[in-house]
Amino acid sequence: MHLYVLKRLLAIVPILIGLTVIVFAIMALIPGDPATAILGSYATPENVEKLNRSLGLDKSVFEQYFIWLGNLLQGDLGRSYSLNRPVLDEVLERFSATLILAGAALLLCTVWGLLIGIWTAARQYGWTDKILTFVVLIGISVPSFWLGLLLILLFSVQWRVLPASGMFAIYGGGDLPDLLRHLILPAVTLSVVATGVIARLTRSAMLEVLRQDFVRTARAKGVPESSVLYRHAFKAALVSVIPVIGIQAGFVLGGAVYIETVFQWPGVGRMLVQAISTRDILLVQGGVVVVAGSYVLFNLLADLAQSWLDPRVKT
Amino acid sequence: MGYLYKSGLGLSLAAVAFAAQAAMAQTPPGVLVVGQIAEPKSLDPAAVTAVNDFRILMNVYDGLVRYKDGTLEVEPALAESWTISEDGTEYTFDLRGDVSFHDGTPFNAEAVEFNFDRMLDETHPFHDTGPFPLSFFFSAVEDVEAVDGDTVKFKLNAPYAPFLSNLAYPTGLIVSPEAMKSSGKEFGRNPVGTGPFKFAEWESNAKVVVTRNEAYWDGAPALEAVVFRPITDANTRVAEMLSGGIDVMVEIPPDSVASFDGNGFTLLEQAGPHLWFLILNAKEGPFADKRVRQAINYAIDKKTLVENILQGTAEVASGPTPPAFSWAYNEALQPYPYDPAKAMALLKEAGHEGAELVFYVTEGGSGMLDPVPMGTAIQADLAKIGLSVKIETYEWNTFLGKVNPGLEGKADMAQMAWMTNDPDTLPYLALRTGAWPDAGGFNSGYYSNPEVDKLLEAARSATDQTERATLYRQMQEIVYEDAPWAFIANWKQNAATAEQVSGFKLQPSFFLLLKDVTKG
Repeated sequence: MHLYVLKRLLAIVPILIGLTVIVFAIMALIPGDPATAILGSYATPENVEKLNRSLGLDKSVFEQYFIWLGNLLQGDLGRSYSLNRPVLDEVLERFSATLILAGAALLLCTVWGLLIGIWTAARQYGWTDKILTFVVLIGISVPSFWLGLLLILLFSVQWRVLPASGMFAIYGGGDLPDLLRHLILPAVTLSVVATGVIARLTRSAMLEVLRQDFVRTARAKGVPESSVLYRHAFKAALVSVIPVIGIQAGFVLGGAVYIETVFQWPGVGRMLVQAISTRDILLVQGGVVVVAGSYVLFNLLADLAQSWLDPRVKT
Repeated sequence: MGYLYKSGLGLSLAAVAFAAQAAMAQTPPGVLVVGQIAEPKSLDPAAVTAVNDFRILMNVYDGLVRYKDGTLEVEPALAESWTISEDGTEYTFDLRGDVSFHDGTPFNAEAVEFNFDRMLDETHPFHDTGPFPLSFFFSAVEDVEAVDGDTVKFKLNAPYAPFLSNLAYPTGLIVSPEAMKSSGKEFGRNPVGTGPFKFAEWESNAKVVVTRNEAYWDGAPALEAVVFRPITDANTRVAEMLSGGIDVMVEIPPDSVASFDGNGFTLLEQAGPHLWFLILNAKEGPFADKRVRQAINYAIDKKTLVENILQGTAEVASGPTPPAFSWAYNEALQPYPYDPAKAMALLKEAGHEGAELVFYVTEGGSGMLDPVPMGTAIQADLAKIGLSVKIETYEWNTFLGKVNPGLEGKADMAQMAWMTNDPDTLPYLALRTGAWPDAGGFNSGYYSNPEVDKLLEAARSATDQTERATLYRQMQEIVYEDAPWAFIANWKQNAATAEQVSGFKLQPSFFLLLKDVTKG
């Protein structure tokens, strides 16, 4: 088991190196360069060349990559030229904000997804099943940035009960209730699609389990229905739902890019969008390394949870 | 089984209760919250290029000179007065003796010398706090010398009339040398100037806070503090303004302007030194003929563009110089009228009926307004006079990479927009023969008229403003007639303020000056 975890963790290294090579190559291939982005209309060839030289971008892409990699091994992610500060500081600060948002969304979608899935499976073809299945379908189909704007219009502009954007109040905030108030709208928005996916999969997994012999046996023995559902069927169904939650964790991280932009959440997704448009290659690399690394970690955790629940799944 | 549902429901209800119980925090009195369009890059004035950053900087720093309220004319600031040598190459400034930086160190001639040496002298110990992308604003400066405590002398390598107006630009703002020495590369996050507000706090991606400078030489500001909030998404910025989360919003998207007309909001507009135009490739193809270039100017319905697509957030442009440069603007020029019949006649005369044209359009970029809808509207206007226009759309960076090296062999026309601080800048960099792309300029359409070249050189070396104005007016007439560009629009900056804000004004420079703003 320990060996397995170690192996999986080591496997992250080549994945990350491969990723950084790809990102570096893409950033080198897309037209435009940071100096042009900074200078805007003042980007004469002469000014661009001068600025590139002082940014250290006059070296070849290979040289730049290996300099970056060498610094990385010493824990130095370089300095962002669009933000004029160390990449590591920025990425860590931003990533903790993303973790709070994605974590809250993941919690919401897991709890609600499982509950809706079990509820609808237990009442297959009943009217609550039909209504919930329909609602879930809408949830999966709605574009999340649109939903986010709609929620802002309702809760912030119309009713003025929740803040429209940001992570903390601008003045006098900063405590936990303040954070929660700012977290509700983005976390709900971000969780909607994943809730739908988890709900649908839980429902079908539950239905499959409920048809199995051991459930019939349990019912025949007179076990109460709630106990049949939760203690017997749900535990069995969970084995096939867990990996889906792991995958959803990845989608939630990816979806954070839009949601952070809509709600001005100071997370790593919004940072990446800005970094790409200013061609801030070091900041892009830093962000990608962290996001990809955590994606791999989430999947590892899901795999471990699965094998813990179902010893038949070899680790 | 009920338990789990209750806990799920409970979790959500508790959260909503939290929210409802704490009523929406309104912004506190005396503290102005400004919605910005992006996170600032740095608060080191020599290191930044974006108007978004300038909005903060102008409240934290002063320059030797500044723009007079409501104009683009220069008046004294940290310098009380100045003299210009006969040949226009020596500027001597008398500095105010009673000014200190926010860190308590005195402002004097040495501080000025330090500032310009840092930017211009590659051997200066703090030159590595750069790069300084706009340092070419001062490329004419050969030497800066502190004559005595209150006198500083600039030597230029040639007469350069825009020098004073460049000093009023954010690149010329004065930072505290002592703070620079102690912060080094981190100065951009720990700015120290002499301005009406002192820097207090910068929380990444959340806010920059500045507080009142009680000892400000030009009178302490009324506000206790200003908070600048970066809100990149325009829709979110509008929602924040409508919900009371910010007091001032800049750059309202055209579609949302109507939301702030009335309803307790005040809507402000101010035309700026901005020009939105089409570069026409005068080197080859149909646009080598002046009549075809004029035809384009007649064929585009600029009024409809400005009213329908830009929803009144811009005015129709008449020539190469925006009216915001009131002292140099030629009032006699009227925009080319919308006249498709005349355009067709000109095309026929030139023998280019039904020509096929390649048109570079960008997806968006600094000052480009709504480039894609504007591009398609222009395409439709040109189709009406029988021209078949093929649009190629590029992302801003890519677009600049294609347009700046020149349109030859690639395209017939391209969108472009410039915002400048002196009437010299745009024509000098983009209309002179010496500014063709291969010579390092921005004349991507290869316009060339020796008369215009002569006028621009003469205006640059004249130190008398009236004389310069005359030369610029002559230049505008010739360029209007030659039509190297299609002159489309001058952008009006807009902003909205909440009910409790008063004394807020927009400036033609597009800077945000908050010293005299109050909030009840």
